[in-house]
Amino acid sequence: MKHLLSIADLSREDIESIHDLTDNFVEVSRRQIPKVPALRGKTVVSLFYEDSTRTRISFETAAKRLGADTMTFSVSSSSVKKGESLRDTIDTIGAMGIDAVVVRHQSAGVPWQLTRWTDAAVINGGDGWHEHPTQALLDTYTIRERLGTLDGRHIAIVGDIKHSRVARSNVLAFTALGAEVTLVAPPTLLPPSLEGWPVRVSHDLDSILPKVDVCYLLRMQRERMTEALVPTLREYTATYGLTRRRADLLAPRALVMHPGPMNRGVEIAAEVSDLPTATMVEQVSNGVAVRMAVLFLLLGSGTRAEAARVVADA
Amino acid sequence: MPDSSVVIKGGTIVDFNGDRQADIRIVDGVVDSIGEDLGGDRVLDAGGCAVGPGLVDLHTHLRQPGKEEAETVESGARAAAVGGYTCILAMPNTTPAIDSAGVVREVLDLGRTAACDVRTSGAITVDRAGEALAPMAEMAELGVRFFTDDGTGVQDTRLMRRALEYATALDVTLAEHCEDASMAAGGHMHEGEWSSRLGIPGQPAEAEELMVMRDIALARLTGARVHFQHLSTAGSVAMVKAAKSTGLRVSCEATTHHFTLTDAECASYDPVFKVNPPLRPRADVEAVKAGLVDGTIDAIATDHAPHTTETKEAAFDEAPPGMLGLETALALANTELDLDLRQIFGLLSWRPAQLLGVTDVHGGPIEVGRAANLCIFDPTATWTVDPDESVSRSRNNPYRGRQLTGRVRHTVFAGEPVVIDGEPQR
Repeated sequence: MKHLLSIADLSREDIESIHDLTDNFVEVSRRQIPKVPALRGKTVVSLFYEDSTRTRISFETAAKRLGADTMTFSVSSSSVKKGESLRDTIDTIGAMGIDAVVVRHQSAGVPWQLTRWTDAAVINGGDGWHEHPTQALLDTYTIRERLGTLDGRHIAIVGDIKHSRVARSNVLAFTALGAEVTLVAPPTLLPPSLEGWPVRVSHDLDSILPKVDVCYLLRMQRERMTEALVPTLREYTATYGLTRRRADLLAPRALVMHPGPMNRGVEIAAEVSDLPTATMVEQVSNGVAVRMAVLFLLLGSGTRAEAARVVADA
Repeated sequence: MPDSSVVIKGGTIVDFNGDRQADIRIVDGVVDSIGEDLGGDRVLDAGGCAVGPGLVDLHTHLRQPGKEEAETVESGARAAAVGGYTCILAMPNTTPAIDSAGVVREVLDLGRTAACDVRTSGAITVDRAGEALAPMAEMAELGVRFFTDDGTGVQDTRLMRRALEYATALDVTLAEHCEDASMAAGGHMHEGEWSSRLGIPGQPAEAEELMVMRDIALARLTGARVHFQHLSTAGSVAMVKAAKSTGLRVSCEATTHHFTLTDAECASYDPVFKVNPPLRPRADVEAVKAGLVDGTIDAIATDHAPHTTETKEAAFDEAPPGMLGLETALALANTELDLDLRQIFGLLSWRPAQLLGVTDVHGGPIEVGRAANLCIFDPTATWTVDPDESVSRSRNNPYRGRQLTGRVRHTVFAGEPVVIDGEPQR
């Protein structure tokens, strides 16, 4: 594997082997000095056209824990502001001799375009509404840790599916690993076509909640109101928010997940996010280990045996 | 070489009167004789070729004035000649827009030395802003026969009604880029299965169809001639077919890309496939093809829309829409459509010539005494499209690597061989 662009490019076995590698790196993260020299001498650049402190820091932490050098190309203070094109930017960064670039862009497809212009490994850190593959890898890893397997599990993804790269990657990852997926959203927040999506759709959260093993909530963005997609945030919360009352409809061991950042009081009630079945904190910590696994896969040998060796030697 | 003669030798003449094997001798820009074994000062081999009237494009973006780095009247006309065209209609979305007699004169002047006959359309509204009528009579006076705000449709229904009413006194055609702006807002490809999967904001087929529907109603109300530009959906084709059957004065064109490419191309995220109206699903492509075959669609147009490589090397939703078309249109029609050569020349030459009102010199028939505007086309030559070989200034050709059957061998414009063996002569 040269790049990580889309969950669609990964087989079930690919995802599972990334999870297996992640197991090794989770252990590293718990150490007093959480660092192994697996990628010493490698350089990883984060190229973030859209603000995302969480994802950027997670990738940079992952790279540093593997001994790689990291650089941040901050778009807001750079030549891009002066009109530099996508191609010129990647040519410039590439000329510095880098091994991987993690790209976050507000437009779908940018990571694919970069692969045409650079020899470095390209990691999709989120492209427009399209995909966010490492988020799906860390989410599935978290579910696997909590529930053992995704096979046969029923997962509801609730909220603004239409504009969500997290939803697109997770639909692919959840179903690849054998889970059943129900999308729960008002019709205005679903993609215009679900042709070819192996999912069911519901507009009735109350009837779905008792049946699911995982309730995966998406962030509801305030700008959706101005686009007439939902009348008010209040009405959204009343119909699709995981309120305290609704959380009681969940099976006792059903997980509550959210990619963050949360709008407490909108898609999720504050008390619900603090339930023991809520996984938000683990998602963040697993995110670093999953990203270590991805970097190791793309820039290192990628084998589990080698991972075990560097982890043990350090 | 005003005094020398040119002979097109060994080809089959194809025009709306039928096919016949004959040589053509041209003297002083005019067909001087048609017959067997003609001789002359210069002989162009047309063995195995169809010799048709030069092609006429109803929809060309020449980018001059304003974006000369992407195309000029001269370079666009040269690309047209290489594609077999002897007449092209410049679209008015230049900077400044072609919305006054002054800009019309500028474009026509630039066209006087070009490799084909450059006509221009005029904008319907001032600066194509959709707010006030442009001085149509003043532009019609200079020979403008087509008015359009191409790039956008006229959104204000009342204004479009007035424009159509006003046009009925001028014997001109109003051509509409059908797109309901509020419906299409923010959409960068066709809205459907592919846009949903790719996460690219889409615009539905209905954004086009709503305006086709409205303008058919306005054609009925005003009695004006309405031409629908670049129709791309099954629904649009069906509505125009129905409107024609009730006797309304409507006509339409389809572009080569709308019958040869689908929205699945956008999966590459290559902005070379971004165009407006967007590439559509297979069912729409088939409906456009069927409309070309059954005569609902009057003409094939190119919507040749040059963009520099820099502007197309942007993110898909940030890149400008548009693709090249002049150099590949005839070969694509020949390769992809289940039509004989005479029907194909009809769609690319005499039908658009009639719609544009240029049949005095373009679109045939090929007869003694008529202007020698000819396209000599080898229908069996095979070739592979290489955008880097284009004579356009731009490289945004979506057919890179595509195998095509049929190639323009020579183009004769006003008696002068402007393209010989595929090579532009000026």
